[in-house]
Amino acid sequence: MSLIRYQTPNSVMLPSLDRWANLRNDLDTLLELPFWSGLGRQSQLFSGWTPALDLYQNNDNIVAVVELPGMRKEDIEISLQDGTLTISGERKDENVKDSAARTERFTGKFRRSITLPTRVDVNKVNAFYKDGVLTVTLPKAEEAKPKQIQINLN
Amino acid sequence: MNTLVRENRSSNGERQATEQFIAPAAAVLENADGYTLEVEMPGVSKENLEMWVENNELTILGRRAIPSVEGTLIHRESRPENFRRSFEIDPSIDAAKISAKIEQGVVTLILPKAEQVKPRKIAVA
Repeated sequence: MSLIRYQTPNSVMLPSLDRWANLRNDLDTLLELPFWSGLGRQSQLFSGWTPALDLYQNNDNIVAVVELPGMRKEDIEISLQDGTLTISGERKDENVKDSAARTERFTGKFRRSITLPTRVDVNKVNAFYKDGVLTVTLPKAEEAKPKQIQINLN
Repeated sequence: MNTLVRENRSSNGERQATEQFIAPAAAVLENADGYTLEVEMPGVSKENLEMWVENNELTILGRRAIPSVEGTLIHRESRPENFRRSFEIDPSIDAAKISAKIEQGVVTLILPKAEQVKPRKIAVA
């Protein structure tokens, strides 16, 4: 039997304690996240694919930014009806011949609709797709744009 | 899937353990020649993608180009964090032959198996 040199707790314990501290920090940040932000992602599990959609507004336009990684331009459809913007499409599984060891990516159809806060000019809607992000710019209708009103004196 | 991955090692020595990342959705496919790894990183261009192999661990880091939209945000579902995810590489993979491409926000990595582990038919004499 060999004698093992006694090591002071400082040199042995601290590195492992440090890892526990890191884990604790991670758990804390996770728990501090707003509840609904986790819920939004969770709902993907039950309803298939729900791409994240952001909506911006400025004086002239409403801009929708949608995360749609790995689509073909032809497979995205954008439509506008009664002030509701709908983005739909389908992602096809191109790797049918390979066996999926593990997948978290969604394939199949998706559909997102959002009611726009103001009226837009349907004929001037513009969309572009880059780096898996679709940006739809919808110019506001003339009557929906903010207007400065001059005050007349006398 | 929205695991927060804390960076515990910096690639250039400047960034320290403060930046938070989200783990991107990924798919691993296997065939006889190797594995295909697909990682979803919307908003990441080729220039903002970093990948490295260290200690049998493949790390993919993608920084989003913040969409330059003027105006106020009135509805938000996207996450502002950058993407980072590490994968342990199977010993059968030839790390020197890993190739990658990025197309419309999806990183596709081809991880070929080393020649000696590929299935080989043995002829009966």
